Amino acid sequence: MSIDYLDGNALAGPLGEIFAVEVTTAVGTCAGCGAAGPVASLHVYGPEPGLVARCPSCEEVVLRLVRTPDAVWLDMRGAISLRIPMPEPRT
Amino acid sequence: MGIVSRGFFGRRREGDAELPPGQYLTHDFPVLSAGPTPRIGLDRWEFTIDTETGETHRWSWADLMKLPSETPTVDLHCVTKWSKLGTDWQGVSLDVLFEDVETSAEYALAYSYGGYTTNLPLEDLLDGKAWITYKFDGEDLTPPHGGPARLLVPHLYLWKSAKWVRGIRLMNEDWPGFWETAGYHNYGDPWREQRYQGD
Amino acid sequence: MRRLPWRAAKLTGIRQETATARTLVFTIPGWPGHLAGQHVDVRLTAPDGYSTERSYSVAAPERGDRVELTVELVEDGEVSPYLLEVLEVGDEVEIRGPVGGWFVWRPERATPVLLVGGGSGVVPLMAMIRARRAAGSSAPFRLIYSVREPDQRFYLDELADPQPGLDITYIFTRKTPDGWDRAPGRITAADLDGVSPGTDSYVCGPTGFVEAAADHLIALGHAPDRIRTERFGPTGG
Repeated sequence: MSIDYLDGNALAGPLGEIFAVEVTTAVGTCAGCGAAGPVASLHVYGPEPGLVARCPSCEEVVLRLVRTPDAVWLDMRGAISLRIPMPEPRT
Repeated sequence: MGIVSRGFFGRRREGDAELPPGQYLTHDFPVLSAGPTPRIGLDRWEFTIDTETGETHRWSWADLMKLPSETPTVDLHCVTKWSKLGTDWQGVSLDVLFEDVETSAEYALAYSYGGYTTNLPLEDLLDGKAWITYKFDGEDLTPPHGGPARLLVPHLYLWKSAKWVRGIRLMNEDWPGFWETAGYHNYGDPWREQRYQGD
Repeated sequence: MRRLPWRAAKLTGIRQETATARTLVFTIPGWPGHLAGQHVDVRLTAPDGYSTERSYSVAAPERGDRVELTVELVEDGEVSPYLLEVLEVGDEVEIRGPVGGWFVWRPERATPVLLVGGGSGVVPLMAMIRARRAAGSSAPFRLIYSVREPDQRFYLDELADPQPGLDITYIFTRKTPDGWDRAPGRITAADLDGVSPGTDSYVCGPTGFVEAAADHLIALGHAPDRIRTERFGPTGG
């Protein structure tokens, strides 16, 4: 088995470039096996040629992110959903 | 462009005319990975070519070893900008593997143990341009570099040279692979600097 | 909208930590503040426009527009040799951050904490230890810090200064100080035994170290969701 990956924490900078909220604390559900956990706990390979985040349970790809000079390509088809914690609205 | 940091030039560019645009020379052999390194026992390794009509050609490791091999010396160009010149490989030319394959397909999708895929026109695999390699620098190809066997297509960026190659599927339509669906160029000619879609 | 911009960061101080590591103190106008455990991305740009970036953990808690990073030299690296050997006080780089909301410790949390650091993986853990002291927190902290040899320890003087409620254990993997009662070797389950499974654990270091330490903790009955990890891989430099 290889252990040459990083944590989902490594996605915080690149995702911070596109999202207005902190996404690594969001809970993602793997489309491959249904396991749910924070984006920070995914196994991340890269950063080059792109960031590939895999499910820690089944190793399927959950999310891919490629930064080109003028765009970010984000593929999330391996995630059924992403539950992003939001502050409650003030009443 | 960002703020220039005084005295920073980066590690790259023993730039010279031998290299495609934007590449720098490296002497080591960097390993990039998009997933866990698969470990495939030679007893269960196989390589297949599936044609567009559903015909399958299959080789075991022993079959592959019986085929005539070549020892190409080629330059490698990675899309992450490093190039490594004059690398020595041993493997079977795809011309040999395609000898008995009947096809009119124009497109190929190479697929690997571990799930990786990459697409290329079939003609880029033929006429002495590509090999299924199993030795690098005279030694068995190690798993981090794609062993036991790796596709080698050195005239394209190295992501087209699929590590841990398991087969080639022939198709009438182009089917973009792992990196080609995530922003990288569909063809990837280093001399035309086709790194990203739109290049 | 809070998207992360690159900000100019001027080097205002340097502290040598070991023969191959130093702490760099940057001043970053407009810095939004950070939590202990977060990291930043550092970008270097050459005169011809070539640029490259690396992630580093912040070594100290929020303090105005000051950001401290401790950087260890990576042999044949591209960025760390520049940061350690070329960069001087007054020079500028660019920094983006803070990033990461998972591997963080908040001073209002009173739960006991286990910190397990391998090599320069101690850096974000040190930020937590410093944040605990700065906040006057009484959360019990235990640091287990694994290094190859005694002279590779960061923050030695500061950690030698006793703090109530902070317990420190060193693990030496290759060479120990004279008279040390643990033989040199990698972290084992025995090194982590005796910590209540109700503890929040933070494990940071090279991927293999983190894997081993987290496996030991799980085997000792710690719940996986109470173990937060931060790995740094082979692509540093």
